[in-house]
Amino acid sequence: MIEFIITLFSDHTLRIVALGAITIGITAGSLGAFAVLRQQSLLGDAIAHATLPGVCLAFLITQSKSSLILLIGAALAGWIGTLFLMLITRNTRIKKDAALGIILSVFFGFGLVLLTIVQKLPTATKAGLNKFLFGNAATLLQEDLTIIATLSAVVLMTLLLLWKEVKVCVFDEGFAKSIGIKITFVDILLTTLIVIAIVIGLQTVGVVLMSAMLVAPAAAARQWTDNLSVMVLLSAAFGALSGLSGAITSSLVSNLPTGPTIVIFLSTLVVISLCFAPRRGIMWDIIRYNKSRKQIQTTTMLKNLLLFSEINTNDPFHPHDIAALDAIGRGAIDQTMQELKNKGWAQQFKDKRWALTPVGLKEARSLTEEYEKGLITEN
Amino acid sequence: MTKQTELSAISINDLTVAYNEKPVLWDIDFHAPQGVLLAIVGPNGAGKSTLIKSILGLVKPAAGQILVFDNDYRPQSRLIGYVPQKNSVDWDFPTSVLDVVMMGCYGELGWFKRPSHKERELAINCLEKVGMKEFMNRQISQLSGGQQQRVFIARAFMQDAPIYLMDEPFAGVDAATEKSIIALLRELKDKGKTVICVHHDLQTLKEYFDWVMLLNVRRLALGPVNEVLTAQNLKKAYGGKAGFLAGMNTEEK
Repeated sequence: MIEFIITLFSDHTLRIVALGAITIGITAGSLGAFAVLRQQSLLGDAIAHATLPGVCLAFLITQSKSSLILLIGAALAGWIGTLFLMLITRNTRIKKDAALGIILSVFFGFGLVLLTIVQKLPTATKAGLNKFLFGNAATLLQEDLTIIATLSAVVLMTLLLLWKEVKVCVFDEGFAKSIGIKITFVDILLTTLIVIAIVIGLQTVGVVLMSAMLVAPAAAARQWTDNLSVMVLLSAAFGALSGLSGAITSSLVSNLPTGPTIVIFLSTLVVISLCFAPRRGIMWDIIRYNKSRKQIQTTTMLKNLLLFSEINTNDPFHPHDIAALDAIGRGAIDQTMQELKNKGWAQQFKDKRWALTPVGLKEARSLTEEYEKGLITEN
Repeated sequence: MTKQTELSAISINDLTVAYNEKPVLWDIDFHAPQGVLLAIVGPNGAGKSTLIKSILGLVKPAAGQILVFDNDYRPQSRLIGYVPQKNSVDWDFPTSVLDVVMMGCYGELGWFKRPSHKERELAINCLEKVGMKEFMNRQISQLSGGQQQRVFIARAFMQDAPIYLMDEPFAGVDAATEKSIIALLRELKDKGKTVICVHHDLQTLKEYFDWVMLLNVRRLALGPVNEVLTAQNLKKAYGGKAGFLAGMNTEEK
């Protein structure tokens, strides 16, 4: 493993790929946290798809394959897409989700047509615009890395400086405006930062799956924490980790596109987080449900044992047949009785007959009293 | 019943607000004296929240003038503390009670500046006033409706403003919380602050508030509760539906 890391950073190409992917992961992860919290996860997807015609047009117009020019084209197209989105939702009766779908498909379709035109040009073979579809980390050059790192630094610094404004706007826009914060400015700024975070990842991850870099790390991070700063840091870490793993894997296997590889690593993180995160994870829910079910079964059975004895005999320690107890219980009778026995509240007699112990009687009486006083409810 | 000072806390002249050509508020004149507990009352869709939002500058009026202490109002956190409807935010947002209360000083701090120890102490103080100090590190998704409401009120206290606008502070809270909130509002009033609430419950109106505005797109009545709360006025606001309520109110006193 250590050897692998040494090889990784001594190999010039791999080093650039690794550093590029980590930077993209950090930036997209951090911004993605806000996109998810603003319930704008699909906005990233629409913007990413909308950048494709921009890349192609930038190439067609300038005939240059310089990353900077292509990225500027992408950013402009992404911005115009967002602008159309706002115009559609404000001035028509079309709802936001429909507008997102329209922008995404129209821009992406137009982009694919342009891409076909570009590929038929004699100059196109070396331009390799195809990588913008599914991403190819291996094509990252030193100059690309410089652009990615510079833009990421600008994005992250801006986010840090305007942290509290962004936070209050995302949580409670109306209140933010009432205390004099320029919410339109913050809104435009945040969208711009998201556009930049998307654009710098296009060459590596591709337009089709770039939104996963925004949404997936944030969704996974939200599972583990209830603190905004921790969530953003965790999301950045998840982004960096899957970016690195995906980019390296795809660089080592020929013809393996980077975007889908990264998404596989991201999905693994998301699935683990959804299942196992404390408190919010599915496993946690199941454990909590079983625990409370077991507790209800035991206390109900305890009260029933007492009730049964008091109705049928005057002896609270009168043993009852397990079949009779099963009929009034809430299932899993053997487990329930075992649990009562473990707590020392009930004891077993021969022929599968059960009775309260003195400790159990005391417990049952206090439970019944609490219930009658309304201190606890049946559930 | 309340002495009226010359300077109104809020005065509104000829305010009209429309969403998609349909008027929500029509030609409203409204003068709230200083140091009163004023309720804005009216049926659903009467424009109560819109009125509050227009005062705060969250909604752009089609016409009219809004003055705060006789000045053209631009959203200034110094003058108005705002308690929005508690279901207007996502309570699953990853943040703590103390963090939400601290947001009350974000406007005052200005761009780039971070809240310091001083603001933190102030926030804890505000939480103590609403009886929520022990919940300061609690994640906000774990709060009950009444606790959420009190957190929002604590956040407004951070602004230490002379005027408070509250959008249904009693919605979805239990009777005990309602009593404790009204006690807080009375404390504010005793300090000379003006508190304006959107309110729904006609039965508690007399007990809780000293001024009332009846609103149904137009301003139907404004003044001290005893003068305004007549069967005739309520019928104007609610139509036939409030007949039984009007009867009850005249019986009371």
